[in-house]
Formats: sequence, C-alpha cells, structure tokens
Amino acid sequence: MYLYDQYDQAMVDARVAEFRDQTRRRIEGTLSEEKFRPLRLQNGLYLQLHAYMLRVAVPYGTLSGAQMKMLGDIADKYDRGYGHFTTRQNIQYNWIKLEDTPDLLADLASVEMHAIQTSGNCIRNISSDQYAGAATDELIDPRPYAELLRQWSSFHPEFLALPRKFKICVIASETDRAAMRLHDIGIRIVKNDAGEIGCAFYVGGGMGRTPIIAPLVKEFVPLDQLITYSEACLRVYNRYGRRDNKYKARIKILVHELGLEEYRRQVEEEFAHLQTLAIEPPLAELERIKTYFADPAFETGLPDEIDLSNANFAKWVKANTAPHKAAGYAIATISLKALTRQEDGSVKAGIPGDATGEQIRVMADLAKRYSFDELRVTHTQNIVLPHVRKADLFALWQALVAAELATPNLDDVTDIIACPGLDYCTLANARSIPVAQKVAERMAPKAEEIGELKLKISGCINACGHHHAGHIGILGVDRKGVENYQLLLGGCEGADTSLASIVGPGFNEDGIVDAVEKATNFYLAQRQEGERFLDTYRRLGMAPFKEAIYG
Amino acid sequence: MADPQILLRDGPAATAPTVSLDAFAADTNATAVVIQPGEDARVLLAHLDRLALVEVTFPAFTDGRGFSTARILREAGYKGELRASGDIGVDMLTHLQRCGFDAIAPKDVLDADQIKTALATWPQVYQATVVDGRKPIWALRHGQ
Amino acid sequence: MKIITGNDLKTGAVIWWTGQGWSLHVNEAVEAGEDGAATIAAEEAARRVNGAYLVDATQDADGIRPNHIKERIRALGPTVRLDLSLDPSATPAKVL
Repeated sequence: MYLYDQYDQAMVDARVAEFRDQTRRRIEGTLSEEKFRPLRLQNGLYLQLHAYMLRVAVPYGTLSGAQMKMLGDIADKYDRGYGHFTTRQNIQYNWIKLEDTPDLLADLASVEMHAIQTSGNCIRNISSDQYAGAATDELIDPRPYAELLRQWSSFHPEFLALPRKFKICVIASETDRAAMRLHDIGIRIVKNDAGEIGCAFYVGGGMGRTPIIAPLVKEFVPLDQLITYSEACLRVYNRYGRRDNKYKARIKILVHELGLEEYRRQVEEEFAHLQTLAIEPPLAELERIKTYFADPAFETGLPDEIDLSNANFAKWVKANTAPHKAAGYAIATISLKALTRQEDGSVKAGIPGDATGEQIRVMADLAKRYSFDELRVTHTQNIVLPHVRKADLFALWQALVAAELATPNLDDVTDIIACPGLDYCTLANARSIPVAQKVAERMAPKAEEIGELKLKISGCINACGHHHAGHIGILGVDRKGVENYQLLLGGCEGADTSLASIVGPGFNEDGIVDAVEKATNFYLAQRQEGERFLDTYRRLGMAPFKEAIYG
Repeated sequence: MADPQILLRDGPAATAPTVSLDAFAADTNATAVVIQPGEDARVLLAHLDRLALVEVTFPAFTDGRGFSTARILREAGYKGELRASGDIGVDMLTHLQRCGFDAIAPKDVLDADQIKTALATWPQVYQATVVDGRKPIWALRHGQ
Repeated sequence: MKIITGNDLKTGAVIWWTGQGWSLHVNEAVEAGEDGAATIAAEEAARRVNGAYLVDATQDADGIRPNHIKERIRALGPTVRLDLSLDPSATPAKVL
C-alpha cells in the first residue's frame, strides 16, 4: 500500500489548515455561502437533506486496517454510528456538523486520508479494480498509475474550475470490474506488440442523463507520457467543454459534439505542445510508487483445498470468494447487502453500502488478521479482503457471521447497488433504499437459482446508482409529486459494456417489485444452459420481456 | 481596464490601455489586450513581443478557462504582465499564481491578512506547471 | 400554510422558523406570513441558517405536515432509519 512521505503529509496537512480557515471565515461571515460552496464541495462537504454530508476519498478503493478503523471511529465520533460506502469506492457520512469538519479532516490526515476533490467541478478520486494486485487476469497492478494520477490531479491549479466533475478510472485486467468505460477518462493498462507497457485512453464515457460508453481515443500512451497526455485531455476539455448548460457540461458531450476525430486531433496538438515542457514526472517516480505496491509476503506451499463440510460456509465460499493469483490464497468479498432471517422465517434486507462503526472496525481487524492489513471498497458498495489464505477462510467467515457481515450474495439479485435516494439526497426524486430492500426481500428465495444478476437503482436521473449499467436497472422519478419507478433492462458495466433500455411505463413501489419478479420468472422459464439473465435478454431482446412484464 | 490590487512580482503595474482581442488584431500599435473566457489565447502567440499586458477576465469565479489561457501564454514565452481580473476570491490566488498570473485585479477588494495567509497555503506543489518556477514534489524526491 | 425551513449553519441540522427563532421540530413551525422572504434574508445574513426557503404545509390534527414528501423526510428522518428521527411517533406511513 502507498505510504505518504513528508511531502504528501505536508500537502494534506496544508489542506486541513486551509479548510479550517475557510470554515472559520464562513462562520464568522467574511465568506458568503455562494463563495464557500465550491470550496467545501472540493473538500467533500455537501449540504444534504438532513445535515452536511462528508464524502471521504478512498484512493483507488484501497485501505489499510488503521485507515478502516479510523473510518469506523469517525462514524461514532462525528456521525450517528454508521457510514455509507459509495459507488465511487468512497465512504460518506450523513450527519456531519460544519463546525466539526476541520477536526474530522485532521483525524483523517493522521492516517493519511482526506476528502480532497471528492466533489465539485474538478478531478475526483481515481477509481480502480477492487481486485488489483490479487486478480488472476491482471497484466500489472494498476494502482501505482492511479496514485501517480492522484498526485497530479490533487490541487492541479489549471483544473479546479472545470465545466463539470471529472472522473478517472484505471484498470489493468481483461475483465473490467470497475465500469472503466463509464468514466470521463478510462485508462486500461495494456502491452503493445513490442511488449512495452502503456495506457489505452478511453475518453468521454459516463452515466447521468446522457449515458455514453467511452470511445477509444488513443490506443497506446507510453508510461512516460501518461501525465502529459492526461493534461492534454483535460486542457482541451477545460477550454472547450460547454459551460452554458450544466447538463451538457461533461466531457462526453464535448467529445460527442466535436466528434471523436476532432477531439482526438485537438488533444494530439495539445499533447505535442505539452511534451516540449517537461511536465512529466520521471519514470523513477513511478518506480518509487510501485515499490509500495509490491506483493505482500505470500507464503508458498499452502493447500488449495478448503473444507466445505459446513453447508453455509460452502455457500459463502462459492458466492463471495474469487480466485487469487497466489496459490493457497483467495479474494474474499464482504457483502454490505445484508439479508437477515427473521424469527417468522421472512428475510429482512439491510441498507446497501451501510455499515456501523463497529462493523467497520471489525472489518479493519479482520484485514489485519487475515489479509495483510489491506481492504478494498468496491463500486458495488461491498468490501474486499484481497489476500486471504484459503486455510483462514473458515475462521474469517465465522467472524463475519458474528458481525452480521456474512451474507453470501455477491453479484446475485439481492446484491443491489442503490444510491442514497430521497431518504438522504436533495437531488433525488424518489427513494432508492426501500425499493432495494423490497426487491431483495422478495427475490431472496430465488436468488441462488437465478444466479448472476446485477440490479442497480438510482433515485434520479443523475444515475449515482448506475441504473444504466444494470442487467436490471431501476430509475426513480417524480410523477406529479408521487414516487414512480422506471424499469430498464440489458445494461452491463463489464468488458462487454452496454447501456440498459427503458422497458415501458413506470410503476409505483410495489409495482416495480412485481415487475422485477416477472422479468426474472420469464428469464428462468426461457434460459438456456449456462445463460445469465443478461445473456437471455441479449438473445431474446426486449419485446418478449416487455410482454411478460406488462402482458 | 481593472487596476491590480495585488502584484506578485517586483515593479509597477502595467499602464498601457487595453483593447479587446478583436480590436487588437486590427490595431498594430496596441500593447495591451483583454481576453474573455471564450477567446483563444493562441491568436496572440505571434504578437507576444509587442505585448506589455494581457488581462484575462474571470466574469464568474466558477469559470476556470482563464487558468488555461494564462498557462498557454506563459508556456509560449510571454514575459509581460499577466493580469487576472473579475470575480476573484482570495482562495484562488495560489492557483492563479501557479498558472502564471503576476497581477490580480479582484472586483471586490481582498483583505490584506487573508492574502498573506492564502499565498502561504502550499508548502510544495505536486505538478510542474513550468510557468510558476516551482519545483514539483516529484522533482524534489528525485533530486532534480 | 407556508413555513420556513433551512439548515443550521454550524451543525447542518434541519430547522423550522418559529416566529422568534428556529426549532428542530416541524410542529413548532409557524405561518411565514408576508415577511417570509425578509425573514429568510435577515436570518441568513445573521448566519443562523443556511439555504432557507419556504415550503407549503398543512396543519392537521397531528400537527404540521409539509406537503411534499421531501420535506416530510427532512422533518421526520430517513424512512429507512426512523430510529434516528427526532419524533418518536414517526412511522413510514406518517412520512409518506
């Protein structure tokens, strides 16, 4: 894991001092809300429905045990005992006081964390593959490149008042687990024909009200030009991105309106110019960062067999663990989509992405004990322990059971992504969480039979819940003051990225749960050997599904 | 033309009268020009030698195009005064300076103590903007 | 009726204008009257409230009920975490 040197620490400390001064000026009245707002947003502080909300950055989703423990402590000390892990691999707290925020940020800085640029019209936290450094299909660990970009993008003086927010994702695997092509810039680390490592740049993807899959803008950027090329992409956007309409201000609209060829040409021109200026860190800096991401000391000669005689444990292993590149190890995912069986036999679903301060500390402790002190936050709002000895999985599972964190539902229909929705968010038109809970509770009995089905819910068109990328997507809208839900089918964030389409007229809350059940029943009746829900949908198309849902 | 409240270099502020970018193209005697956010600074690159002052406007502090404008001019070797004017808060000062501005003319006068605090915010910097003369952290790390 | 709400500047708490000051409880809100805009401007200038605005509400037997669901959620708490509500009688039905 990356560790700060004195420079990184000084920068974060300087930021805390700066925000302390800005907060003081706001409270004393020399800084207006209009002027303070962008400053607090660039420190992750929103004014939400119930209070201020603070979004804390988890760079490329990677955390140490000590950092995770601090997140749990902050939930108890400054919030109301819980936090919410987000689809941007961050965590946010819902009940923060403005007057406490500088102290909270100082606490974060004490464990090399911050809330820098987690909101606002600037380059946001860099996201990455939650299995980085552990995946079997990885070319190289993408996180050093993400860290290089983190430092470059932090307080970049030219790009702090962009037309709109800007999200970058870096992956290095064939399988895209991070929705890379749905970012403003998606970078895939690749190897060219000469065997050199470089970056493929996809620019202009995103969700929101105009979902677009990012096109490939440059096939191969050598590693010693990564920052320079990124700067060229950003400069063209900063100069020519639309500022007349916030709904058309993302880079995807610029790329679309200029046309891919013209955008590429402008970037190339800027790139050629910037290459004359020596703005690129030396490769030695990348090498320095890489040393922090060296493999932990994996033991050799470990057994690969797991005793699966406990049926519940076997179920969890099957659902929530993935193959690891080192023999004898597994990647374990902790589901934050709890399903709890009630005394009457019914199932109660938790709030997607929420964890109590105590649960967060439990996960921190388990990372220390079983995963080389490392955790990951996933864009699907779960937590990963990336390096667990297979021999330790049973003990890990038992500890998770005790903390109500052992739900075996990864990537099934109850592992739902949901934005905070109208329960917390000022932008939302409808609640997302209760719909997620009702769907999960209804579908739980059939979830295992259905298999992989990625269901994603957003409470408004801004699409924080990634509904465009759901095998089943649900979009909450406001219909004359009443919550209404549209059903979408056929989205996918993975390697075969596709965008979901709206099926037909919307439903009320109970109706949307029925519609999901009808769609899945139709799938179960129609599926062929080995087909996931998405595969059956792609084979049959929308019409028969629509008939099954509305007919 | 907005007079600067802050000069980030030695010497007096430039006093040449500014003309608009359109007028500048037609007026071969002009030595000072104003650039608005939507205008392309690169049309000035052929005339840098005769320019004593470029004023870059920030009609709204949320519009960051002027930051790119400034760097483009400095990257091309512009040595005259580069003045930011308009809706400029104290919290923008270090970013303006890092992009090459050496004169600031805020619409609303800024507090002197706050200016001092703001300009001392960053002990180091992560990026090479080249135009601010500061060594980035990566250069310090590798003894460059 | 029209009532005034906003968030406490320092704490962010949802607050309601009572005629003399601000309350955490929607039932203590009063009709904003014709001075609503002036009240908002004065209270924001005094930095007691952030982002204040007028909302439509109805007085009924149970007290004051904002007309829009978003304001009822602000008044009573997230429907999925009513254990965090300031109103012990809050139920999902009451919010919806």
